[in-house]
Amino acid sequence: MKLTGAQIIIETLVEQGCDRVFGYPGGQIINTYDELYKSRDRIRHIITAHEQGAAHAADGFARATGKTGVVIATSGPGATNLVTGIATAYLDSVPMVAITGNVPCNLLGRDSFQEVDICGVTLPITKHNYIVKDVRELADTIREAFRLAKSGRPGPVLVDVPKDVQIASCEFENAVVAPAFESPKASGDDIAEAVKMIEQSQKPYIYCGGGVISGSAGKEVMDFADLIDSPIGCSMMGISAVPYSNERFLGMQGMHGHYASSMAQSEADLVIAVGARFSDRATGKMSVYVRNCKVLHIDVDDAEIDKNVTSQLGINGDVKETLRKLIASVSKQERPEWSKRIKELKQKEASFVYKSDIMTPYDVIETVNGKIPSDCAIATDVGQHQMWVAQHYRFEKPRTFISSGGLGTMGFGLGAAIGASVATGKTVVLFTGDGSFGMNLNELATAVSINAPVIVIIMNNGVLGMVRQWQTLFFEKRHSNTTLNRKTDFVALAEAFGASGFRAENTEELSAAIDEAMEKGGPAVIDCKIDPNEFVLPMLPPGGSIDDIITEIHGGEI
Amino acid sequence: MKRYVFGILVANKFGVLTRVSSMFTRRGFNIDTLTVGETQSPELSRITVCMMGDEYSKTQIIKQLDKMHDVKQVQVMERDETVFRELLLIKVKNDSDTRQDVLSAVDVFRAKIVDYTPEALCIEITGETSKINAFIELVKPYGIMEICRTGLVALERGGSCMGCE
Repeated sequence: MKLTGAQIIIETLVEQGCDRVFGYPGGQIINTYDELYKSRDRIRHIITAHEQGAAHAADGFARATGKTGVVIATSGPGATNLVTGIATAYLDSVPMVAITGNVPCNLLGRDSFQEVDICGVTLPITKHNYIVKDVRELADTIREAFRLAKSGRPGPVLVDVPKDVQIASCEFENAVVAPAFESPKASGDDIAEAVKMIEQSQKPYIYCGGGVISGSAGKEVMDFADLIDSPIGCSMMGISAVPYSNERFLGMQGMHGHYASSMAQSEADLVIAVGARFSDRATGKMSVYVRNCKVLHIDVDDAEIDKNVTSQLGINGDVKETLRKLIASVSKQERPEWSKRIKELKQKEASFVYKSDIMTPYDVIETVNGKIPSDCAIATDVGQHQMWVAQHYRFEKPRTFISSGGLGTMGFGLGAAIGASVATGKTVVLFTGDGSFGMNLNELATAVSINAPVIVIIMNNGVLGMVRQWQTLFFEKRHSNTTLNRKTDFVALAEAFGASGFRAENTEELSAAIDEAMEKGGPAVIDCKIDPNEFVLPMLPPGGSIDDIITEIHGGEI
Repeated sequence: MKRYVFGILVANKFGVLTRVSSMFTRRGFNIDTLTVGETQSPELSRITVCMMGDEYSKTQIIKQLDKMHDVKQVQVMERDETVFRELLLIKVKNDSDTRQDVLSAVDVFRAKIVDYTPEALCIEITGETSKINAFIELVKPYGIMEICRTGLVALERGGSCMGCE
């Protein structure tokens, strides 16, 4: 049948199993929006307040489900507003397809109204991108975009469609959805070599990255850890891959990692990295990180192997399949000495108890943790609150921790939380700070429009806490531009947007506010005052290592 | 630091050269020369990149190139198994005092005069980079007016070929 480009976009989206998209209309994408209107029973479009919010929502949708998130925007500013969202997805390997309109082909390259070379702009932050100048190539391009987004190491793909291509028509036939491109497979030699390394090791340590979640390999990691008697740590992106309650799980390692996890890593003689990329935030100073250990690195992306750390063995393969092969080949290991040491580290960590008369960030997290079912997604923004949640929230199910790791995008959280709630239909809690929330709080309007069950917990300390922490520790307390002298009344603000607003000064009030918010079901904002002098600890100073770990601070001095 | 030459077969599509070259920039690898042209197949272009780097850069570049959707094949062109060529066009002052010396140099290097005016001699020469450099050094005293060189192209010796099954 003969369809226009705009109709082809809709038909291929439906064909690819996409029934929810996020976006914002505009002049050069208007034809596609016309078709979205006609197909509104097949595809639900959620209009956000800003294209950035739409990109983060598509990202949150994808993180919560593993499905490819889709975002649509117009040319020029619509497209550039997606950029931070696309970069966020790229750094965290989130499958996303972005569709942008552009000026008609004959106006390209003339600095036409709302013209931007979005392919050029997004070149370094997409897995691949396309500008489609012939309507006959449109359907296959969108299909390939979906295929690339989900194959191997996932990531965002952008398809730019000039307006005349949306209007032009050609023959269209539905196609079967192509499977992902085949992932590389670990060779028998690699497995044999890995088995040798594991069996020779006295003190192995498994370091999980986001690849364990995107590769659905949490169970394999746990089985493998049981088999080789190893503790499990993770990067921030690896949080929720393995349940917090698993007794082998030590939590996140790195700059603000758990003491036990970072220490275990530093004492291990073999680090088995699974779907992780040795980000500087996860390792600290690399020469110290690897001084006691060999590295066995398993990743679906060959370019990660030996990029940030030189491994003794790199296995380029799908993590789930590789772990299964290892499980089938390694003999059962018992390491009582090492297990004892791990237990000691955990005990030492448990002794770092911090109490305060006023509500601490830990109290806030603990209260939420006790009330929200474990299958509900928890989103965060970026900063101190993010690290506290990463450290202390007890995630039990994969894909329930939704946070910007690689790019560290303040303002990510609200859009992502909306996307996750659209994806799951469940309550989503967003932990944010007053700084991060200020960046994209306009998306409260979106949450209200679709009555999304998003509970926003603002850890409100009136400062940009993470930067302030660095200024306190490393810049002699010169708090340059981190003290926000704002008078925002977040309760009134929430109500002005049409959401419920609460203020909580202690855990009882917080608990009551959560109950009420859950009962109402729609979006709610809970403003929790916390002390601006709270620090995220432990901390490895920037460029530092486990040798420099800071576990307590008195009055802002190390 | 060592000189590496990469043969890269890419889809013959709009923007692919930018994709490939910007990856080098983005990852902090410095390109010495880059050439690109069509191949035996209209669907493929071949890019030859020459750069100075270490073993780490070499490995990273191969892996990063392999990841790109439009890159079909990457090969490190090994010195002993490759024919390297570069083409130089050079304009030298045409001066009655030095003309004979220039012409002898052209002769010895098997170069060619491709344009001759009372003011200038335009010379074409092909060869490995070292030969080109030597020729430039030789004619420098006679007054180089302009230089244009293509950068390296490289083909593996023998019967094997990139882009063939």
